[in-house]
This record gives sequence, C-alpha cells and structure tokens, in this order.
Amino acid sequence: MTNPNGRFGIHGGQYIPETLMNAVIELEEAYNHYKNDPEFNRELTELFNEYAGRPSRLYYAEKMSGELGGAKIYLKREDLNHTGAHKINNVLGQALLAKKMGKTRLIAETGAGQHGVAAATAAALMDMECVVFMGEEDTVRQALNVYRMRLLGAEVVSVKTGTATLKDAVSEAMREWTSRISDTHYCLGSVMGPHPFPTIVRDFQSVISKEIREQIIEKEGRLPDAVIACVGGGSNAIGSFYHFIGDKNVRLIGCEAAGRGIDTFETAATIATGRLGIFHGMKSYFCQDEYGQIAPVYSISAGLDYPGVGPEHAYLHDIGRAEYVPVTDEEAVNAFEYLARTEGIIPAIESAHAVAHAIRLAPQMKREQIIVITISGRGDKDCAAIARYRGEDIHE
Amino acid sequence: MSNIAKAFEKGKAFIAFITCGDPDPETTASAVRAAADNGADLIELGIPFSDPTAEGPVIQGANLRALSGGVTTDKIFAFVRELRSTVNVPMVFMTYANVVFSYGAERFISACRDIEIDGLILPDLPFEEKDEFLPICRRYGVDLISLIAPTSENRIAMIAKEAEGFLYIVSSLGVTGMRSEIKTDLASIVKVVRQNTNIPCAIGFGISTPEQAKKFANVSDGVIVGSAIIKLLEKYGRQAPEYVGEYVKAMKEALK
Repeated sequence: MTNPNGRFGIHGGQYIPETLMNAVIELEEAYNHYKNDPEFNRELTELFNEYAGRPSRLYYAEKMSGELGGAKIYLKREDLNHTGAHKINNVLGQALLAKKMGKTRLIAETGAGQHGVAAATAAALMDMECVVFMGEEDTVRQALNVYRMRLLGAEVVSVKTGTATLKDAVSEAMREWTSRISDTHYCLGSVMGPHPFPTIVRDFQSVISKEIREQIIEKEGRLPDAVIACVGGGSNAIGSFYHFIGDKNVRLIGCEAAGRGIDTFETAATIATGRLGIFHGMKSYFCQDEYGQIAPVYSISAGLDYPGVGPEHAYLHDIGRAEYVPVTDEEAVNAFEYLARTEGIIPAIESAHAVAHAIRLAPQMKREQIIVITISGRGDKDCAAIARYRGEDIHE
Repeated sequence: MSNIAKAFEKGKAFIAFITCGDPDPETTASAVRAAADNGADLIELGIPFSDPTAEGPVIQGANLRALSGGVTTDKIFAFVRELRSTVNVPMVFMTYANVVFSYGAERFISACRDIEIDGLILPDLPFEEKDEFLPICRRYGVDLISLIAPTSENRIAMIAKEAEGFLYIVSSLGVTGMRSEIKTDLASIVKVVRQNTNIPCAIGFGISTPEQAKKFANVSDGVIVGSAIIKLLEKYGRQAPEYVGEYVKAMKEALK
C-alpha cells in the first residue's frame, strides 16, 4: 500500500530534520534487504512463536455473543502475548533489525508504558541498551509499567515538556535520536512518524490479521463481517486490518478515544475532530488549533492520548475503506467492566474502546454474522486508574 | 538577486535569532531593532510552535512563553509589517512546516512577500519534501532556506546545488542550544558546499561566544546565534533589548 516515497495517498512522507535523513534512508535500505531475507524471517518467526507466545488465540466469546443477542463475537487475544500487549510484535522485529544493522542501543517513546515495556524486554533479550521516554503525567498514571521497565534494565526518562504525555515523549525521543544516531535505533511504537516507520511497524503488526484470517477460516469457514480495534497512532488496528483490506465485505472499524466527548476540548479523537497537518515526521490528521498549534488532547487511556493518527489510517479513512468511530471514557470503562464480568477477561483500557463499539454494533447484526475484536493488551495496568475513576482509592 | 545576499556583502555575517512574542511583540520589535542597530546583518524571526522538535530547552521555553502570551501567526504578520518601516536588514521566518501548512501555504507565503520577509527556514522540511512549499516560495520571491547537517555526507552536493538565499549549516548533532565544544569538521562540509554553489553559507547551533563566532566565521560566510540571545530575553524580559544590543555588538566585533 506504500508508494516509493512513503506516501499513503497524500499522507505520510518524511518531514524530519536533515540530521535524521541519512538515518531513515539507512533504515529503509536495511529493512528492504532483511524483510526478504529467509534467515531474518526464520529468526523473527522463532521469536514470535517461542518467546512472545504466538500465534495468539482467537477466542469465541460465547457468553458475550449470547447476551448481546446479535453477531458472533471473537476476541483476538493479543493480551496473551508476552509482556501483555501487541506491542511486542513490532518491537521484536525492530530490535532484530537494529541488531542486524549493528546498533547497540534502542530508544523508544511510550504512552501507557506497554511499548516501553516491550522495548525494554527486547533490549534485555538482545543485550542492547534501552532508554524509554515517557510523559511525566503517564509515569504517574502507569507507575507499575515504569517499575517494570526499570526492572528490565531500561532507563526511563520522565518528559516534563508540553502536556507531559505521549506526544511529548515522541518529540523528546526524536530530539534524542538527532543527538545520537550512529549506535542508536529509534524503536518507534506505532504506525506513525516519518517513512519508513509506518510501513515497518505495520508489516510487523500484520501478523495479527494474518492469524485472524487463518483462524476464522478454520473455525467458521469464512471471513468475518467486521474487524474492530482501537486506534491511537493505530498499530494494533492496522495490524488487525491489513490482510483484510482487499476483502471489501469485511468492515474495518477503528475506535478513537473521545475522552469526555468529541464536542468537548477533552478528547483525542483525531479523525472525528482533527484536520490535515504535518507533525512528527508525517502528513496526516491532527488535533490542532486554527494556527496549526497541536492541541492538548485528553483520554482516560494513556495509550490513545495522542493528537495524531498514522498516515495509512488517514488514507483508509479518505478512501472510505475503514470507518473510524469515537468512544468516550465512560463507554470504555463500562466495556472494561463488562468484559471482565462476562468473559473473565480484563482488557487494557485502550482495547476496551474497541469492546465498547462492539457492544453497540453486535445487537444490530444478524446471528450468523461475525465480529472480531482485537484485545490489544491486558488490563492489569489499568485497574488502579479505573478504580479511581469509579471513586475507589486503591494503591498499587 | 535575493535580498538575503545583501546580508553577506559587508564581510562575515552575524545572524540573530529571536522568537516572536517572547515575552510580547513590543519587546520582540525592540530586540530586533537593537540587534539591527548594533550590526546584525540578517534577522531570523521564530514563529512559535507548540511542539518544536528541533529545539533544545532554551528555545522550547521561548516558544512556550510566546504562545502563553497569546501571539499568533496573524499577530506576528501585523507587527512585522510595522517593524519593516524602521528595520531594513534582510529578515527570514523560522518555524515548523505545520504552521505554514495549516495557515495555507499560499496565504502564508504571499503574506511573507507583502511584509518583506525574504526567506523561510523550516527545520522539519528536508530536501525530499521541499516541493511541498518550494513552487509557491518561488512564485512569491521568498527564498526557501536549505539546511545541511553533520550527518548529511553524500547529500551535501545535492542539497547545495538547489539551495537558495543562504545555506544553513547545522554545526552539531542534536537540537539547538549552547555548546562548549563543537567537533564537527565544518571546513570539509563547507568545501563540498563551495564546489556546488555560489550562495553564502552560515553556521548555526551551539554558537554563543565571540571566540566561537570568530572561529566558525573563518570557515564560512557567517554565524547564526539563537539560544544565547533567547537566554537574555528569558533573563531580562522587557528590559532585554538593551542587553541584546550589547551582545550583538560584541559578537559582530569578533567577526571583523
């Protein structure tokens, strides 16, 4: 889907300082070489299967399907991966690539901390140094993940600039990369940033839809009617959509974090409220004011609290191939609790946004229709914050 | 010929960077006048951006103060138009691609011509993406300034061949900010530039002292100073223009 200049329609590109240009060119050349290298692919598959625990399960949520009284619901259990989220897929790929390129140090940004934990994990496994940039506000919201990263040997840098959330962590990681390039790979965590990152991250995450396709054909003998995933930058969503893009009868639905609502300023729903812009190396949709100043966004979910969206999602939106819907904090928290009670599965608050939309959609569909929801991560990290949201003060 | 060339006609050029609206437009205007009166050959006016990814902490702080003070692109255009009646040295805008894109590239760049802004520096617009704005810049006679970094290596010739106005040579890896030592072999970079273009080149990032200015002007056509001037604005606020004038005078003296 990418053209040679790293464009998805009008989106994407390489809007970065000259200092980084040779680094992204080197990365692109290395990736184009290794993605077709049988030895690289054998090593990566082995890491996926033996270390991360792939393939992840496609679980039939029978109770939930029955209660909602519509479509059959399957859950793609990325929460069962090692480190508890889909982030490990991309990180194992990028860390292996970085190692082949002779890099000895990984830097990463993180929002909820799942990508940071995954990066720290891969760095520990592959004997690399690791520095993770995390917004100060997120280090408070996700204190447990900060500890996990340190336990894994990573240095966590608390970013105090701007809104002290994910976008500021990305900015700081980019600044760090411009100051140290020769031994350092920037392990970007989502399908965003300058080319070739949106393509590389998508390719490593596309294992999700490759597996869904095989698993649903085995279980149901046909493709699903809808695939639903949450979208911040959009890596688990593009991974879930990718192998279905050519199947026009499969609805692809991305769930954006509406925060307190898309009619308020406290939202992170980029496609619903943003407009075209250039930021963090890419052209795409961004939440911004009339002068192009990036808006301070808000969501209960630190992982979706980002003012932009990956360029391929912007393109899928433009051509009408994927739908993007906003889901509020309240709906996500209700879905978080619902899935825990109904199926005994505590999803990440990010993934709960996708569950919330499935709860709206399933009753409108027929019993023979099929929805697949990607549960991108597990919700242990969110329990304290959700308890606080419900007015219960618990300590981690 | 580009108006920017005038900045390099009287020996080594001193280029001063000032963020618009830090702490308010009146102070910016006074600081620009003080810099020009004391020998600055070109003024680089920063339009603040919420997320300036190429800046170190000092200029990030200036961006934040300016935006908190309520400055906008429209307000900046208005005060620069007024400033132009008393300041004659060439001036360029430095900002981020989204500020131009979001305002509407044609609307932004035509406004630059109207208020006699001679060039545009966008640190997040590399060679590969310059067609985003270059055709419009050419139409309105606004030079789109190219940057060369210590990591540019095989890219230097390609960038230099198509450069306009002046070439901005980034002295060091990393973001803007004062540095005690700059190790990049800038003379070698300038040599390749000279083989590929006749337009002047100036070195920026990390320069703050007269000794550094002299040293880097010796291998190029001029130096760009930002963070050291912004530090004065941060420290002295509305009283800063006087100190900016003194500082520019000392730096310009070192270049003679």
